[in-house]
Formats: sequence, C-alpha cells, structure tokens
Amino acid sequence: MAKTLFDKIWEKHVVKEIEGGPSVLYIDKHFIHEVTSPQAFKGLEKRGLRVLRPQQVVATADHNVPTLNQHLPIKDELSRLQVQQLIENCKKFDIELYGLGHPYQGIVHVIGPELGITQPGMTIVCGDSHTSTHGAFGAIAFGIGTSEVEMVFASQCLLQSKPKLMRINIEGELNKGVVSKDIILYIIAKISASGATGYFVEYAGSAIRSLSMEARMTICNMSIEMGARGGMIAPDEITFEYMRGRRFAPQGEDWNIKLQEWKTLHSDADATFDHEININAADIEPMITYGTNPGLGIAVNAAVPATDSIPDEGERKNIFKALEYMGLEAGKPLIGMPVQHVFIGSCTNSRIEDLRMVAALVKGRRKNDNVQVMIVPGSQQVSKQVIEEGLDKVFEAAGFEIRQAGCSACLGMNEDKIPAGEYCISTSNRNFEGRQGAGARTLLASPLTAAAAAITGVVTDVRELLQ
Amino acid sequence: MKSLTTIHSRFVPLPEENVDTDQIIPARFLKATTRDGFGKNLFRDWRYEQDDETKPKKDFVLNNENYSGEILVAGKNFGCGSSREHAAWALEDYGFKAVVSSFFADIFKNNALNNGVLPVTVSEDFLQKIFAGDAKATLSIDLSAQAITIDATGEQERFEINAYKKTCLLNGYDDIDYLLSIRQEIELFETSAN
Repeated sequence: MAKTLFDKIWEKHVVKEIEGGPSVLYIDKHFIHEVTSPQAFKGLEKRGLRVLRPQQVVATADHNVPTLNQHLPIKDELSRLQVQQLIENCKKFDIELYGLGHPYQGIVHVIGPELGITQPGMTIVCGDSHTSTHGAFGAIAFGIGTSEVEMVFASQCLLQSKPKLMRINIEGELNKGVVSKDIILYIIAKISASGATGYFVEYAGSAIRSLSMEARMTICNMSIEMGARGGMIAPDEITFEYMRGRRFAPQGEDWNIKLQEWKTLHSDADATFDHEININAADIEPMITYGTNPGLGIAVNAAVPATDSIPDEGERKNIFKALEYMGLEAGKPLIGMPVQHVFIGSCTNSRIEDLRMVAALVKGRRKNDNVQVMIVPGSQQVSKQVIEEGLDKVFEAAGFEIRQAGCSACLGMNEDKIPAGEYCISTSNRNFEGRQGAGARTLLASPLTAAAAAITGVVTDVRELLQ
Repeated sequence: MKSLTTIHSRFVPLPEENVDTDQIIPARFLKATTRDGFGKNLFRDWRYEQDDETKPKKDFVLNNENYSGEILVAGKNFGCGSSREHAAWALEDYGFKAVVSSFFADIFKNNALNNGVLPVTVSEDFLQKIFAGDAKATLSIDLSAQAITIDATGEQERFEINAYKKTCLLNGYDDIDYLLSIRQEIELFETSAN
C-alpha cells in the first residue's frame, strides 16, 4: 500500500497500539532546555526513577539566558536558579549539556540541526512547540508538555494518537524579495492560526525542493502557528549535503548505510492525504502581520482588512480587538509606518543563511536613527561564523547591535524585551499580545523585510531596496 | 493525578477566540522550577493594569465578582501557541476543573488532560447557548456519559474523548504509570529496532 513520509516513520516507531486508545511511540531524540524540564526532573525524582536513555537526551540553555555578558552570572535571580537547576539535573542524570559558555550552546532548534543530531527518519521531541523545526530533515518532530517530558525521561516513549495528514504543495518560482518566511506567513494567513489543528503537515512541491535547509527549517518551525502538530519535508540531496560531515552525523560506512535508508523517506507517488492544499509560488509576496496571531498577515504593500467587510462575527471581533491592541487602523496600509525596533533572531530566523541575507542587503547602508536593531545569532557556532565571514563588520557599520546566542526578544522572558506601545518588526514566530514584552506590538516578517525597515525606519517593501 | 467523574458548577465566560498560552500565563512567570502557585498569575496581563495586583481591570471576567465556578468557557482555538504546561497548571491552580470551547489547540489539550483539567469540545452553536446564559447559570459535565448539560434549559451535548484518556481521568491514572508497566516491551522494541 502506498505510504506517506509520515506513515513510514511513524510505523517504524510504534512499540505497540492500545486498543481504543493511542499508540506507544518510541522517541529517538529528546531535546531539553531550562524552562520546561525542571518539574519533569522533580517528578522523576519523586518516583525514584532514573532517565532511561540519557544518551538520547541533549540539553541546552536558551530561553532564559541573557544575550550580553554571558560570561558573568545571570543577574535575575530566578533565571539564574533555573539555569543552575538545569546544570545540576544534567549532572545528576548523566545528560549532555551545551550550557552557557559551551561552544555548542544556542537555541535548541538551531543547535540540533547544525550539530547533525537531527537526522532524517527520527522521532524527535522537546518541551517546546517549535520542535516542528526538525521536521525539515524528514523527521517526525513535535512539541510536548512537561508531563510528557517526564514520560520520555522515564520510558523513552510517549502515548500518541496518529494525527490526520495534510500536504501543502507549493509549485513554481518565488518572486524577487520573497523568502521562506514569506511562504509560511502566506500559508498561515490563508488557512488561519487554527487551520491545521489535528494535522501533521508535509510541505512539498518544486518551490520547497529548491529551498536550502535553513529556509526549510523556517517553514517547518512555524507549522505550530497554524495549529499543526508538526511539519515535515522529505529529505533529498540538499538535506544530505547539509548533513555530511556535521559533528554527530553518521561517518564512514555508517553514513552510506544511513543514506540508503534516508533515500526511501518520501511519500509514495499514490499516497493519499486527509487534506491537500495547492499554492502557486508566484502568488506569494513579501508578507507582514498586523494582528495578534500569526494568521493575521498581509502582503507588505496591502492594506489591513476593513473590519466591516468580514462576514464572520467572531473573526470580526478578533480583528477589531487585535487592531486596538496594535494601535492600527482597519483599511489602511502599513507601508511607511514608523517602527522603533527591529529584532532579527529566534528559532525561526537566526541561522547563518538568515544573517547572510540581512548582511547582503545592508552592506554599505546604515540604519535609520530612530530604530534600534538587534541581531541575535541562534547559536555560538552561528556567532563564530558571522565573525569568520566578516558579517559582523557589515552589521557594525550599519549600526546594528550584535548579541550572544539565545531566544532573546522572541518571548519576553529574559532581559530582552520591547517596551509597551512600541512597534517591533521581528523575524520571530509569534505576535501574541505581550509576547515580546507587556504591551509590545509585534509585526512578524522575513529577515529581508526586517532589514529593510531597519534601514528606512518604516515598514518598507524590500523590493524597493533590491536592485 | 486526582480522579474526575462529574462537575456541577457555575462557569466563567471568556468569549474570546484564539486565547493563546502567552495570555493564559505570560513567559516572565515561567522561571519557577515547581508546578505550584501559577494560579495567581493566570491571565495576568488581561487581569491587571500595569502588572499591578492592586489595579484589577474591571472589565475582565476574573475580576467580575458576579462570575465564578470550576468551569471556564472560552471561544474557539483555546490554548494555541506555546507548549508550556504552565498554562494548564495555572488553570488548575486557580480552581478550574474543566475548560469548555468549540476547538482546542492540540498540545494544550494533552497538557490539560495530563493534569486532570478536562477539555470539553462542544459545537459552536452549543457554545453560544452557554454564553447566552446569565451569571447564575450552571453547567453539568458527566465524564462517564461524555455529556455536558446547560442545567437551566436541560439542553445537552455529547463530547468526544479518547477512551484511554477517559479511563485515566476517571481513575486518576497517569500515562507514566502505564509506560513504566511496559518497560520490557520497550526494551524488546529497542533491541529489534537495532
């Protein structure tokens, strides 16, 4: 019988099926971080248990770390204690930790792939909804809660019901100035912030096949923003080329054996999906969000919807409330609107390719005086590469501030926050009320659109700067 | 986990759609290393002006003394966003035993179930009927029968729940107890997979 990519991986990982209930799914890799793991370790200790397979767990500190002076003790006491607790737990339970000061430290969804820990065909979980990122390699990867983190610690398994499957096909060539972030913002705007709830999504089509691994990760990363359990892309030569020689990727004969296996990981030609969506790549323009969920996005040069034109009452109320929070007017375009902050970072867009893209645009230009620009590389390795490639010089000359690796201003948890009432064009993944700090107003966009706003100080169609 | 069979209570209406977990519990309160005490920060930024507990926002339902109860009723796509289980802990700690909505985000639903907070999915029509009730109105939720009733009118709707999860909730079992009980099968799987 014809199988989907998801089926092939799922079936290989089912330990057993419970009648009338979920399946016991075996987990290959478990990433953990400081915020969603402490209560799981406590639960384990309370039951007198050990971590069953500590060698399959990898830890880092990312959410709650400062992005300046990481060599100094963390100033905020609670944050310091939480990071310290991770260090102690990892020591106690024999878990590899890439903590502050380690050359591999960084955002969990950046370091897994760059170290070659994330591999095709794997089941991967983490107590973080953006775990879907790893699906870009052709893995089943999804976010879990802390109780589930404890389950994986104790048994290396989870109880999971098989989700419905959706395929999104994007065919054709992308327009100038359109990058993978625009593709995913376009999809979410089209199907809404809950449009894929209950589904696992496979992204396919010629436009996806032409993307780099970094670009594919950006797309899979935001699958959760339309409610999907996860997103995935079949591995191909681009995937294998990216993985070859990475620190924990298979080496020598192992590599050849794995490669043969990975080449079978694709949906069969006649495989069927519960739902399929077809998108023409040429329809996608540079995108920006205007509301307080990632589904409220428009082409950068379009107008915010006129609320009285929305037929559904609930939706109309939502948008009305979102516009009130955002301080925006229905029916008006965003182009030309001043922004005070630009944040380039997060597990969505902080990889070396993202930063190269920004550097290429800003080279020889300088930021607008009224904008503060923060560039936060996703990992220590990305930071190193930024320096090796001289991108730091470009950013410094442009007046951008380069920080150290971490989740930073994506989530309003650590020191990096956007002040109440101010606008931030952000390459991160969520524009929820208060996400970047209480009262902060977030406009999600691609690294290119963010960089364009850094230069002009206003919402800008990046195509005007691309000659 | 405590067992859960029936809930009979007044309810707190929150007719907002897409209530994300950042609203349920903002990230700055995720620095704790225990599961306790999140209830006081539930819906923190909708509840207080300028993050100040002495300045409750009068128009927010948790600050309206006419409304109380063990059931939160919210608009569709409740619990979207971050996987933070702290959202379920905050609801539970505040005193909610069930959340009723026409649609739940997946991760939140699992987190709620793992903490004995029952997510009850009803039709949009039924949800609007609940919202139409006054502050004194009560709801009855019967997990065994998988039914929710608007007591004043007797209108009832059946809700779906995975049979396994239902057994867990009725008996107060954790998934982890089950997973530990099949340790040998897991080890056998590992051996055969390699």
